[in-house]
Amino acid sequence: MASLAEPIGLPAAPVPPGRVYYRHRIVTRVCHWINVLCIGFLIASGLNIFNAHPALYWGKYGADNDDARRWFEIGAMDLPDGTAAGITRVGDVHLTTTGVLGINRAANGQLQQQGFPDWLTFPTNRDLATARRWHFFFAWLFILNGLAYLVYGFATRHLQDDVWPRLRQLSPANIAHDIVRHAKLQFPRGDEDRHYHILQRLAYAGTVFVLLPLMVATGLSMSPGFDAALGGLLPGLFGGRASARSLHFITMDLTVAFIVIHVAMVILAGPINQLRSMITGRYDVGVAKPGERSE
Amino acid sequence: MTILTRRSLIGVGAGGLLLSGCDRLSGSAGANAFVAQAEKATYGWQRLIGVGDLAQEFTAADISPVFKANGSTDPQDDAYRRHVDEGFANWRLKIDGLVARPLSLSLADLHRLPARTQITRHDCVEGWSAIGQWSGPPLGPLLKAAGLRPTAKYIVFHCADNYGGALGKGGTQSSGLYYESIDLRDAFHPQTIVAHSMNGAPLTVAHGAPCRMRIERQLGYKHAKYVMRIEAVDSFARLELGKGGYWEDRGYEWYAGI
Repeated sequence: MASLAEPIGLPAAPVPPGRVYYRHRIVTRVCHWINVLCIGFLIASGLNIFNAHPALYWGKYGADNDDARRWFEIGAMDLPDGTAAGITRVGDVHLTTTGVLGINRAANGQLQQQGFPDWLTFPTNRDLATARRWHFFFAWLFILNGLAYLVYGFATRHLQDDVWPRLRQLSPANIAHDIVRHAKLQFPRGDEDRHYHILQRLAYAGTVFVLLPLMVATGLSMSPGFDAALGGLLPGLFGGRASARSLHFITMDLTVAFIVIHVAMVILAGPINQLRSMITGRYDVGVAKPGERSE
Repeated sequence: MTILTRRSLIGVGAGGLLLSGCDRLSGSAGANAFVAQAEKATYGWQRLIGVGDLAQEFTAADISPVFKANGSTDPQDDAYRRHVDEGFANWRLKIDGLVARPLSLSLADLHRLPARTQITRHDCVEGWSAIGQWSGPPLGPLLKAAGLRPTAKYIVFHCADNYGGALGKGGTQSSGLYYESIDLRDAFHPQTIVAHSMNGAPLTVAHGAPCRMRIERQLGYKHAKYVMRIEAVDSFARLELGKGGYWEDRGYEWYAGI
């Protein structure tokens, strides 16, 4: 199992035995790629849904006239020269986002007033009904896939042993050390690379145990049927339905941030080796550079 | 001047492929029918976990200062305009279809019936929400009084507002008259009321005068306004485009619990 080391599927260059190990089991890999598919469709269809009412509020409710509750909106403003500007407001900060948010180009090249641009949404035209159907289909798949991953991960102790941060890794000195090494793009290699270091564990555990469950819970908070089934408990937990909708959007933003950093790290740490480990399971730990190490 | 590198061309090409692939996918009837199966999963699951549950009710302090009026806000149909001019004095709510004793109720009759008053949140499919107080007789006892037949499976609400059957809204085959339908679980739900009052005053035209439905465990488009006739049916396939409602005929889910 984990000690398997035959260099299957590796480049022709000889790799010393022991450097390659079986890092990701089949269930982990399948769940990962289903998750990629789900998150991709969920974000793109979610942005299309958001375009139906491109504003966010805090509290139990929020609509057009609730100015004091509205903290985020994407809109447009007519300019004296006859053109329009896309305006994105976050709190008191107004940003001109013409071309991308608020005012952007439709497929036919015409400028249109719309929150997120067509090229970021699914479908690529404003279509709330279709976007909702695809959103909820992939929401179901995302939840079932996530549950399968969690059950499998706990049963095999993958989550407890490989993902959950270890107590001794949580020392401020170790975390600071890991941050410095990442900033210098010095990634652990050799034996040290057989286990996730603390920044990886915090990022993965935070996403698996906090961020994605919050995204599901805030999403379900918007369902009137689910709210009633739980006696209003769910939106209440987040300060009301309008707040839950805001938090659903924020968890999406944080998920995008995770994906950007995750993909950047994969590219910087060796994309072939990293990608292969999530396809065949096999990962080459490489050769450790002399020097200090972190947990 | 724009310098196009090979990499940026590949990037644009890949992006274009992705977008056209997305268009093919979202335009595919088969793919859309497949993902639409999720509605059955949501309907089944919510019906399973939510037996007799009440939508959350709020206090008077939670009521939205301005409750957004959406959809039709001023129907122009001649018969409806006449009812407005007459103060709905000659307006009648018909309850018929698969019932033993069809009913015809005046607005005064509706006001005389035992009413339920509830402060609930209205969730629009677009994403906004508003809290308001609604009063009116629960639908369940009305259906019982009319002698609902055992063959009835759905309750249909026929409305006075023509929201347009234009192509842009999904097809010229439809009359454009607003209608909605719910199952019997929702019809006999204690919070499903024929609301004649909002925030303590008679319903205004913008909010569906003289009466609108409150289907509290579903999204706003199920809460039909300007209700003229309540019909018990065994199937809504013969109505309009056959999907059970104005927005349903235009691609939205019939079960709007999510």
